[in-house]
Parts: sequence; C-alpha cells; structure tokens
Amino acid sequence: MTMRDIPSERCQDGRPRLRRFHQARWDEPIIFELSRQGQRGVLVPQTKDGIRDQVGNVLETLPPGMRRSVPPALPELAQPHVVRHYLRLSQENLGADVNIEIGQGTCTMKYSPKVHDQLAASPKMADLHPLQDERTVQGILEIVYRFEQILKEISGMDRFTFQPGAGSAAIYTNVSIIRAFHASRGEADVRDEMITTIFSHPSNAACAKTAGFKVITLYPDRNGYPEPAALAAAVSERTAGLMITNPEDTGIYNPKIAEFVRIVHEAGGLCAYDQANANGILGITRARDAGFDLCHFNLHKTFSAPHGCGGPGGGACGVSRDLERFLPVPLVSRDGDHYGLDHDLPDSIGKVGPFYGNLPVVLKAYAWVMNLGARGLREVAEVAVLNNNYLLNRMKEIPGVTVPYAPWRRIEQVRYSWEELARETGVHSEELGVRAADYGLHYWTSHHPWVVPEPFTLEPTESPSRADLDEYVAVMRQVAEEARTDSAMVKGAPHRSTIHQIDHGPLDDPSQWAMTWRAYRKKVARSLSKPPEACDRCT
Amino acid sequence: MARCDTKRIGLIVNPVAGLGGRVALKGSDGVAIQQKALLLGARPEAGRRTAAALKELEYLRDRIEFLTYPAEMGEDILRAAGFAFRVVGQIRGSRTEAIDTREAAARMTQMGVDLILFAGGDGTARDIHDALGLGQPVIGIPAGVKIHSAVYGTHPRSAGELARLFLERNDTRLQEREVMDVDEVALRSGRMSARLYGFLSVPVVHHLVQAQKAPSPVSEQTVLQAIALEVVELMESDCLYLLCPGTTTRAVAARLGLAKTLLGVDVVSQQALLAQDATEEQLLALMSGRRAYIIVAPIGGQGFLFGRGNQQISPAVLGLVDKERIVVISTPDKIFALRGEPFLVDTGDPELDRALTGFVPVITGYRERIVYRIAC
Repeated sequence: MTMRDIPSERCQDGRPRLRRFHQARWDEPIIFELSRQGQRGVLVPQTKDGIRDQVGNVLETLPPGMRRSVPPALPELAQPHVVRHYLRLSQENLGADVNIEIGQGTCTMKYSPKVHDQLAASPKMADLHPLQDERTVQGILEIVYRFEQILKEISGMDRFTFQPGAGSAAIYTNVSIIRAFHASRGEADVRDEMITTIFSHPSNAACAKTAGFKVITLYPDRNGYPEPAALAAAVSERTAGLMITNPEDTGIYNPKIAEFVRIVHEAGGLCAYDQANANGILGITRARDAGFDLCHFNLHKTFSAPHGCGGPGGGACGVSRDLERFLPVPLVSRDGDHYGLDHDLPDSIGKVGPFYGNLPVVLKAYAWVMNLGARGLREVAEVAVLNNNYLLNRMKEIPGVTVPYAPWRRIEQVRYSWEELARETGVHSEELGVRAADYGLHYWTSHHPWVVPEPFTLEPTESPSRADLDEYVAVMRQVAEEARTDSAMVKGAPHRSTIHQIDHGPLDDPSQWAMTWRAYRKKVARSLSKPPEACDRCT
Repeated sequence: MARCDTKRIGLIVNPVAGLGGRVALKGSDGVAIQQKALLLGARPEAGRRTAAALKELEYLRDRIEFLTYPAEMGEDILRAAGFAFRVVGQIRGSRTEAIDTREAAARMTQMGVDLILFAGGDGTARDIHDALGLGQPVIGIPAGVKIHSAVYGTHPRSAGELARLFLERNDTRLQEREVMDVDEVALRSGRMSARLYGFLSVPVVHHLVQAQKAPSPVSEQTVLQAIALEVVELMESDCLYLLCPGTTTRAVAARLGLAKTLLGVDVVSQQALLAQDATEEQLLALMSGRRAYIIVAPIGGQGFLFGRGNQQISPAVLGLVDKERIVVISTPDKIFALRGEPFLVDTGDPELDRALTGFVPVITGYRERIVYRIAC
C-alpha cells in the first residue's frame, strides 16, 4: 500500500483544486418531536432532609408574581441528545465562521474575534440588569461613554445614542429626529417630503414612509448615482431632508455628496447619512465633513458585533449639536469621574428601544475598536477596499460577468451582473448562487427592486486572505463554466447540500407559516382529525 | 417543484413575420412586400424562433397539449420538436393571411386554452388582439420586424421561459400590455408614426428567490390603486384633467367611478367626464380659458410620454399647459423595465421636445415619487 501524495491531491498545475464539498444532511426532527416524557438533562440533587427542615422550601421565597403557575412546555431530552441535535443542525448551515462569507454584500461579514464573546458572556456584563442603580454599573456606562467618543471622532458628530436595537431602528430614529426638528419650527405640515435614492438601503424609504413622509426616490444616472440636477428637481419648500447611503450597494461612492448636502440644506432640509457601508471609509472620510446633520452606524456590521442570526444588533445614531436635544432618552453622560443616565431632554423624541441600548453589542464593538486602535481602523478600511478591488478585477476576468455603471474602482463592495451569461445560457443569478452552495459558498443578489439585472453583490471586508478570495473566484468561474456546458445540472442545483430544491410558494403565503411548534400543532390539528403521533425512531 | 396537471397551449405562428427585416423593408404587411422580400433573398425567421422558445418547455412535454394550426402556422414546428398537438382549423387560402391568425386565436380560446403562444410582430399582435381582447393570457415570441408592442418576450427563449413559469406556478399575475400599430408606409419614407392599438393580457412572474432582504411582491392592482388614490387626492375642483391613454390612467378614472377609454384621451373635471376619446380640436376647445393638467403614463416598453399613441396631445395642446402641470404617473415596474433609459418625447415640435426634457417626479404610489429623466 502506498501513501498518497497530499499536495498533489490539493493542487493541479500549480492551482488549488476545487473543494470536494458535501454538506451534512441529518434529516433531523424538530426538537419537540424528540421529546420523551420523563427524560431529563440534569437531575438536580434533592436537599437533604435535615437541611430542608432548617431552611424550608426556598422556592416559596420567590415573589408570587415571578412564579410560574404552569410549567414551561419545554421538550424533555437527555443531555447527549440535546448536544447531538444542535450540533447536527449547525452542520447544516453555511455561515461566517464556516465558509468564505464574502457573498453577503452590504452585510459586512467580517471575522468577529471570539474573545469579544467571552467579554460579553462574562458575569461582569451578563449579570447586569438595565434597571440597576447607575452607581452600580459605572463600568459599562464608562464603556458606552468611551465608545461614544470614538464614534464622534470617526463621524465628526457631536452626540450619540445606542438605544436603537438595529440598523433600521437607527434609521427610524434619525427620521424621527428630522420630523421633530421641523415640528419644533412649526413646519411639520409643510415639510412632509423625504428624498432618498433607489440604491440606498430600502429601510430609508420605508422608515420615512412609516414616519408619515412622502418619499421621493432618485434614480441613478449611467455612473450609478443620481445627478445633482435630479436632486435639484426634487427639492422644494416641502423638503424635510435627504436620507442616503454612500457608498451605495453598488460600491460606488458619490463624488458629489457634498453638493447633495448643500442643495438640501439650501432648501431647508436636513441630511441623514446611512453608514451601513462605512467599512471602506473608516478614518478616511467623515459624515460631518460632508455636512451631514445625522448619521448612523450598524455596530453588528462595521464594528463586528457580529452580524448574523437576526441579532442581537446595535444601531448607533450620531447627530450634530443642534439636534442633540431630540435624541432618545436616556443618554449616557459624564460628570468628572462619574457616569450617569441623563433623562432630562424635554424635546426628546422619546424611546426607540428598551432601556439604553444593546449593551453587550456596544461592549463588543468597543473591544473591537480598542484592539485595532486608530491606525488599525484606517487599515481596516484600506484592506477592505484593497480586497474588494482585487476581487473585482479577478471577477471581471470571468466570461459572463459584467459590472454595471461607472468603470472606475469601487469602495468596499460591488454589485455585479450575470446578465450576459444568463442571455447566453438561460441560467439565472439565483440558480448560479444556489450551485455555489455545492462548493460551500453563497452570495446575495440584491435588494428589491432589481435595477441591475441578474445581480449578485460581493463584499469581502478586511478579513479574508488572498487565498480565500482566489478560492471564491475559482468557484464562480467554475459555476459559470458549468452553466455553459451543463445548464440543466446548474438549474437543478443544489446537489451536495443539506436539502435540495424547495417550493418557494409557501414562503409568500402566511397561512402556511408557523413560527412556533405550538402554532404548527394548531394548524396541523386543524387540518387533520387528530394530531400526528411520533414514532419510536425519535429517541 | 410545483406540480401541474395537463396544460393546454394554443400555438400560432405567423410564418411571414420578420420577412422584411433583414432586407430592410421595415415590415412585412401585405403580399406585395412579402414577395419583394422573398425576391431580395429574405428567409422566414418565425419557425426557427418558435423552436427556440419551445426548447424552454421541453421538460414539461408530458404535461402540455398543444392546439395549433396546419403546416407552417405551428404543426410542422411542433412535430419537429416532438410535442403532442392537435390541429384545430384550416388555413383559408393558398398562403397564410391575417384572418387565419384571427380565426386560430378565436377557435383556440373557444376550445379553452391556458395560454396562447404566438410568434410574429406588431401585425400579428394586432390580429391576436382583434380576436381576443383582454382576459385570455398570451405571450408573444418575437419574430417580427416591428416589435413596438409590449406583449413580447425580449427574445424567443425568454418568451418560452415565461410560458414555462406561468404554467408551473400559482402566483403569476396578468398585466395589460400595449399593442402598437406603427405605420409601415410612413416608416419607409422616414417618418415614425405609431398609434396605440389596444391591450392584451400577458403573464408577469416575479423573481423566485426569497433572499432575506426581499419583500413580498405587491400586485400590480394594488400599485395602480395607490397611484390612483394619490392622483385623485391631488385633484383640484376647478381644473381640467386630461387623462391620456393606458391602464394607469384608467385606474385613476376608476377611482373616480368613471369608465375611461383605454386608447383615447378622456377629459375629467369635478369628478365627472367631460369628454371621451377627445380629438385635438375638442381638447383645445375644452381647455380654452381653463386651468388644465395633463396626466400621462409612459407607453409600454419604450417609455414614450408623448408621440406614441397620444398624438391628440399635440404641441398646441401642450402649449396651453405649464410644464409643472404635466403629471407623469407610472408603476415602478414600468420604470425599472426601461433599464435606465429615459422617458422619451416626440411631439413633432423639436423645440417643445427640448423644453420638455429634464427631470420629472413620477407618481409611483401613494405619497411616493421616483425622479426620472425625460429626453428627446
């Protein structure tokens, strides 16, 4: 028996072979189906008789309002089965810790150092209660204050709140501040129009609409951003403000952004900067320098808190001095060595979230910045831009890939198009993206509407290595080639994933949704004469 | 994959469509032009393009029954592609004519088909329209010279794919799309002259993928109602409103409880109809001494605001209306379909065209605007 030559397994003609990926497929039941009456994860030792006589039943000392009247309907499983169940499920995912997660454009899926999770899980953080007396939480208040100073330096703004629980919440906070500003000047009825762009995050339009504004959307010109003349046609005495992402999800930076702000200011409006895409401009350009009155950051994106799983997230809203009084309460303030919560803002818009923010998220964001330092932050931006443009140049070499709009370089992400390939082969962007899952990779297409046809949007961030980027490109090239030589196979993908193709119809039909096991049982019971029984396999 | 039971498709191919194109004859209406084209060495494209569209339906082969017409009107192509079919009529004369297209469409609809798939150009679309009107889903395979009508796929394969998706899925909707009539004689002598001929019902399928950041698609009807609500709210009692042709303006009229002509310019004031399908003369008479707004939607796939299908809105009529009183309305989908190309105006008066260029806020929903460019 001879030993195989590992290097030659990995490479061919000096190039890495494509990964022979196959995802786990466990066909694992829902955990409630695994429940067996009487199974226990932990047997809590009984109190010895003598001690119990002395101490009594400790549970009865709990306040009555906190005691359950009915036990929680948790599934009953032994420990090994719990461990096995969740590990199996975790093997059936692609995610930022497992694959080269550069396909999630605009999400900024950078590496999140695990030491930060340890900080957040430490009892010093985890055991705090938001209603504790200020004097007993000075540590975390100091961290919030210090992080605010960092964001002030990064953005040029004068005051920050961390109360919004996520990016859209932060955008809504900024919209509310704009609304309150105009109301304070008696112009609430007059200034009812908010301007945004079609490539800004849809939350900008949605939050403006929800806050009662008429939404005016600017369309990009052939360079990929709106002309100042379009903005000039949109402003009037009814303009409340401009809400814009820059660079937008195309990765194109609007070089006229300062002029945009000037045009809106001249019309009497305020300008809010959606900095979801801040990763490529940290330490290079500042919101306030362009004249913006408000901005927001996504702590779970740019600041690595991390992004994923629907939370927890954190939105940080920064405003100029004139708008401070409208911020949500409470704000964190400092008086010498003492840190406190300031509720004295009579013009505040109120609360946009519970307590004063998602503090473990702020903690991790702060730790991330402190580990990098000011110079490191700038390096983050530079490497993110470098990675993105390296990737862009390699992706452009793949036949069938085009990059719409301006021919010059991009900042930290790129929206590409497979339109040429689709026209040639009949294979669409979603199908190509699903085939990428057979190699352990993934991408996101685009927000709606799909202004760019057959889109896909890649954002490497500063985290991947050159080899990571090369692997991603190699797979994209492979998938494009497969679309030409075996389009039916690509259209039928995935073939090496956990599940295969699903019918998307029910995803749009609320009557087919069940967010909880209880809801599912109700709906199933409604449609069957009796509820389904589990068989003995689920043990 | 969603299952479907047997579907019936009516296939009608206009074998002479496209004949005039390659030899620069601008069209193929009429026997004389067709003969001239053949003498110039033109070869019919329709059959080949239909075959390309049918390739997209191959894997549904067992679940589709085709109804078709003899020989080059469909039978030959289906046989060569291996689909099951039934021939349901006769070609009247020795060569295929418009009446055969119309009769085929009428017969297939009468027998009951899920979809009519037809190959041709604007002329064929007009024939289908004459036979069917709205209600019967149709998809056009582009094979003609003149494709100004919005009922065609961008190329044969996308028409076939749309047909496949329409038959497979439950969530497709029908959209009313314009059938245009371009004057070939005028075109051959260098003049572009088009009129809006009518509308056909074409399926529209939203993209499949449920990306995390994607909302559910809102139906066209909802969007039209939102636009209509917005426009009606903005209407002032003492003004005239000229509602240009199309389905978007028709939705505005419906909001007012009025029945509007699809192809004409109707005039509304104080929530009542003052004129239907007005001529330029009638418009000028009504507008004299009154403040008027023009409510216009872009026509079909080309984004014309003035000059295609609404020539009654002449330079004289436009001259009576301030630029700010030209209100453009459109569903967002129609704007996105322009792929960044601007709205166009071709009023016949180049100076007026230039004055109309610039940026316009388009009403695209309730309290929603998209700022878009007009060019000439």
